[in-house]
Amino acid sequence: MNINDYKGVLVYIEQRYNEVQNVSLELLGKGRKIADELGVSLTAAIPGSGIEKHAQLLIEFGADKVILLDDPALELFTTEPYTQALVQAIQGENPEIVLFGATSIGRDLAPRVSARLSTGLTADCTSLEISEDRLLLMTRPAFGGNIMATIVSPDHRPQMSTVRPGVMTKMEREVGRKGEVVKAELKLEKNANYVEVISFEKEQGTKLDIQEATVLVSGGRGIGSAEGFDVLKDLAKELNGMVSASRAAVDMGWMDHDRQVGQTGKTVRPDLYIACGISGAIQHVAGMEEAELIIAINKDKGAAINTIADLGIVGDASKILPIVVEEIKKINASKVIED
Amino acid sequence: MEGFKMKIVVCIKQVPDTNEVRLDPKTGTLIRDGVPSIINPDDKAGLEAALRLKDEFGAHVTVITMGPPQAKMALKESYAMGADRVILLTDRVFAGADTLATSTTIASALKKLDFDLVIAGRQAIDGDTAQVGPQIAEHLAIPQISYVSAIENKGDHAIVKRSFEDGFQMVKVQYPCLITALAELNEARYMNVKGVIDANRELEIETWTFEDIDADPAKMGLKGSPTKVKKSFTKGVKQAGKVIEGSPKEVAMAIVDKLQEKFII
Amino acid sequence: MQFTLSNEDLMMRDLFRKFTENEVEPIAAEVDETEEFPVETVKKMSELGFLGIPYPREYGGAGGTYWQYINCVEELAVACATTSVVVSAHTSLCASPIYEFGTEEQKQKYLVPLAKGEKLGAFGLTEPNAGTDASGQQTTAIKDGDDYILNGSKIFITNAGYADIYIVIAMTDKSKGLKGISAFIVESGYEGFSIGKKEKKMGIRGSSTCELIFEDCRVPAANMLGAEGKGFKIAMMTLDGGRIGIAAQALGIAQGAYNEAVKYVKERKQFGRSIGQFQNTQFQIADMKTKIEAARFLLYSAADKKQKKMPYAQDAAMAKLFASEVAMEVTTKAVQLFGGYGYTREYPVERMMRDAKITEIYEGTSEVQRMVISATELK
Repeated sequence: MNINDYKGVLVYIEQRYNEVQNVSLELLGKGRKIADELGVSLTAAIPGSGIEKHAQLLIEFGADKVILLDDPALELFTTEPYTQALVQAIQGENPEIVLFGATSIGRDLAPRVSARLSTGLTADCTSLEISEDRLLLMTRPAFGGNIMATIVSPDHRPQMSTVRPGVMTKMEREVGRKGEVVKAELKLEKNANYVEVISFEKEQGTKLDIQEATVLVSGGRGIGSAEGFDVLKDLAKELNGMVSASRAAVDMGWMDHDRQVGQTGKTVRPDLYIACGISGAIQHVAGMEEAELIIAINKDKGAAINTIADLGIVGDASKILPIVVEEIKKINASKVIED
Repeated sequence: MEGFKMKIVVCIKQVPDTNEVRLDPKTGTLIRDGVPSIINPDDKAGLEAALRLKDEFGAHVTVITMGPPQAKMALKESYAMGADRVILLTDRVFAGADTLATSTTIASALKKLDFDLVIAGRQAIDGDTAQVGPQIAEHLAIPQISYVSAIENKGDHAIVKRSFEDGFQMVKVQYPCLITALAELNEARYMNVKGVIDANRELEIETWTFEDIDADPAKMGLKGSPTKVKKSFTKGVKQAGKVIEGSPKEVAMAIVDKLQEKFII
Repeated sequence: MQFTLSNEDLMMRDLFRKFTENEVEPIAAEVDETEEFPVETVKKMSELGFLGIPYPREYGGAGGTYWQYINCVEELAVACATTSVVVSAHTSLCASPIYEFGTEEQKQKYLVPLAKGEKLGAFGLTEPNAGTDASGQQTTAIKDGDDYILNGSKIFITNAGYADIYIVIAMTDKSKGLKGISAFIVESGYEGFSIGKKEKKMGIRGSSTCELIFEDCRVPAANMLGAEGKGFKIAMMTLDGGRIGIAAQALGIAQGAYNEAVKYVKERKQFGRSIGQFQNTQFQIADMKTKIEAARFLLYSAADKKQKKMPYAQDAAMAKLFASEVAMEVTTKAVQLFGGYGYTREYPVERMMRDAKITEIYEGTSEVQRMVISATELK
C-alpha cells in the first residue's frame, strides 16, 4: 500500500465496566480538529460487549463513524483479544493516524498494536500538530520532563500516539449530530497470548479525580504535616475544588498517591491552581503549568514556582489561607442575601 | 514440581538519574555532566520481584540490558544484588533505536535464552515511553500483563494482580509470559558486600553483539526505527507574574481580589 | 602515587551511602534522643555483610579490603556516629584480634559467626583505675584446672549488653608486670559474667556503653587468646587497628557536619543575602574543607599501609589524632554557623558536636596518640 493511501483519523475508545472514559472523548475532540485540518474523517473504534449504546454519544462528541467491536470476549480488558480487534479495525480503515488515551489500558494496548502493525508509537504526547507535509508532529516530554521532543513517523502508517488524560479538550457536545455506525465482523482467535481473568474488583465509591476538578488547592513539603492540609481542605471546599499534592507531600504520607500532581502523578489543567508550600520543581510544574490561573504561596521568595505563577505570594500558607477562607465565606454569604 | 527451577529474564536499562538533571539557567540546556547513572527504577523493581521469586522458589535470574559499554555498571549492580547471569547487548548497529527497534533487538536476544518469565520495567525515566516491554512480548508471541502489583508463582503459570485506575483483576497467565513492573511494586534490596566483590572480581559479563543474535539489520538501530526525533527543545518559560510580600492579612486580600478579578468567586 | 578508587571501591561506597541515606539517617536523631541501641539497623547491616568486610571468605567474611571496611565506618558516621562505632568496635576490637592472634579452632568457633554478623563483638580493657595507663590491670584470671577464673570489672565498654563475644584483658601473673597480662575470649552467657550499669553519655548516646562485671567467672583455658603473658601486646596492637576505625568515624562526623553547614549557609539569608556570601563564612568553609581532606588522606594512607602489611601504628595514631581534632573543630564551627538554630535539636549539628568529642578520648586519648607519634620519632 502506498503511504498516501492511508487516510483518516481513528481514536481508540476506552470503556471500563461499559462506561466510556473521559480521555477518549478528549481525544475525539482533538481528533476532530486534526481530521478537519487534514480534510479527512474521524472514526471511533470501541471494543467491548454490549457497547452499541455508546455509539450516539461518540458521534455527538465528534466521530463521523463509529466501529463497534462487540464480542463477549471483550467484556473485560485483556491484551490479546483487544489487540486483535483493534488491528482488524485499523486494517479495515487504514487510517493515517491512530490515537489512544495513555491510561493503564492504553499503555498496555497501544505498544502491542503498534508492534503487530510494525509501525511507530509515540507515548504521552502533550501536543499534536500537523506539518506542512501532512505529517503528525507528536511532541512529548523526555528526560524526566526536563526537555520536550517532537517526534515524527515519516515512512510508517498509521502514525500512532498515546495522550495523557487532561491534556486535550472535549468538543462541545452536539446533540443530535449524525454519523455512521458499523458493527464489525470480528474474527477473534484464541491463541497462546490469551490469559484468564479469574476475578475482578471495582474500587468502591466514586473516587474523585483531581483531573476533573476546576479548582485545585495543592500542598507540598512546606505544609509540614498531614494536619497542615486541613486548611487547604477548607479553602478547596469554599471554592468547590479539590485538594492535590506534590510528590514530596505524598512521599511523606500526608496525601494519597491519587492526589499527586506531576511527572509521576497526574497532569491537571484546572481553572485555578493554588500551590502552597510547593517549591516548583520541574517534575511538578510539568503536571500543572497549563492551569488557567496559578497562585503560589511560599516562604521562599526565590522559589521556582514563582516563575510560572500569575501571582506569587511570599509568606506562610498556614497563616494566610485561614484569612482567605474567612473572606470568601463572607463574600459567599453576602451573595446569598442579594438573591 | 520436584526439581523444577524457574527461569526468569529481567530486562533493565541504565539511565541518567533524571531527578538530578538540572537546566543551565543561562543557556537553557540540560547539564548532563556529573549526573549519576542508575538502574531505571521500574526495572529495579522488576529485578527485585525476580530475586524474591528466587528466594522463595530457587529461580535462576538472568539480567540483560541493551546499551553502550558503560551499561556494564548496571549489570554489575544487578549481580551484586543477587542475579545469577548478566548479559550486555551492545553493538553500534543497535544505536539510535526507537522503541520498536529496541524491542526487536532485545526480543532477538531473548529468543536465544530459555525462560518461563520475562520481567521488564514499565517505563524508563529518560525515554518515558512505556512501550518496550509490551513490544518485546509481541515479538516473542507471548502474553503480557502490565501494571502488575503482585505475582504468585504456581509452577507452570502465575497468578498476577493487574491494577487499573479504578480496580484490579486477578489474572492467570501461562508461562512463558512477560510482565511489566512498576517502581511501586516493591522496595528493591541493596547490593551486599560479597556481591559487590564478586561482581568486580569473579564476574564475567557476557557481551553479545549483532553477530550473536539472529536479527534483520534493517530492523535494528536508526534504520529500524519508524519514529524519528524531528527536534528537541527546552520548554518555553511561562512568563512570571507578580510576586508580592506583606502581612498575612494584606496578601490574603490580594488573593481574594485576584479570585474576584477572574470571576472565580 | 595516586589515590584512585577502583570500580569495586566505588560500588562499595555507593552501597554504604545508599544504606546510610535510607536506613541510618532517618532514625539518627531518634537513636540519640531515646539512647536506644539500633538493633534493627545492626540486623540489616549484618545481613548485607557489613560486619565482616575485611576477613577472608573461609572465615565467613566478605574478602574485602581494609579500606572498604573503614569506608563503611566513615559513611555510616556521616549520618550517625552511634551506628558507625557499633561496626568499628565489633570489627577492629573483637573480630580482628581473633583473626590476628587466634588458633584455628578459635577462628572457626568465634571469628566465623562474628564475620557473618551472626554474633556481635566487644573489647574489654579499660578499668576504673586503668584508662590511659592501661598497664594497671586489676581484673585477675587465676588458673584452675582447665579453666581460668576471672574476677574484676571493666568500664566504658562499647557494645556491652548486646555483644555475644568479648575480648577481655586480665592479669594472669601480677609478678611479671606487663608480661603477666593475658587476653581471653569470653561469651556473654558464661556464669559469673554480668553487665553492669549503662553510662549516660554526652554523645554516641545510642551506643551501649556499660560496665562488665566478673565474679568468679569460669573461662575455658582454650579461650585464652594468644600465649599467656601476651595480652598487653595483643591489646596494644588491637588498639593500633582500632584507631584507624575511630579516625574513620571522626572523619565521617566531620563530613556530615560540613555537608549540613554548606547547605545551610547557602539558604540562610541575613542582611539581604545568603550568609554564604560573606567572606567570614567563606573562609570558615574553606578551612573546614581543607582540614577534612587532610584528615582523609592521613586516614586512607594509614589504611593502605595496614592493607599492605606495612608498619602502620604511627600513621594510625596521626590519623586518629588529626581526624578527631578536625571533627571537634568542624562540628563546633558548624553549630556556630547555624547560630541559634544550631544549638537546638531541630538541626543535627549539635548532636554531631556532642558525638565528635568522644573521638578525642576513646581508643587512646589524643595525649596517648601524641605519645605514640613522638615515641617513634625520638627513638
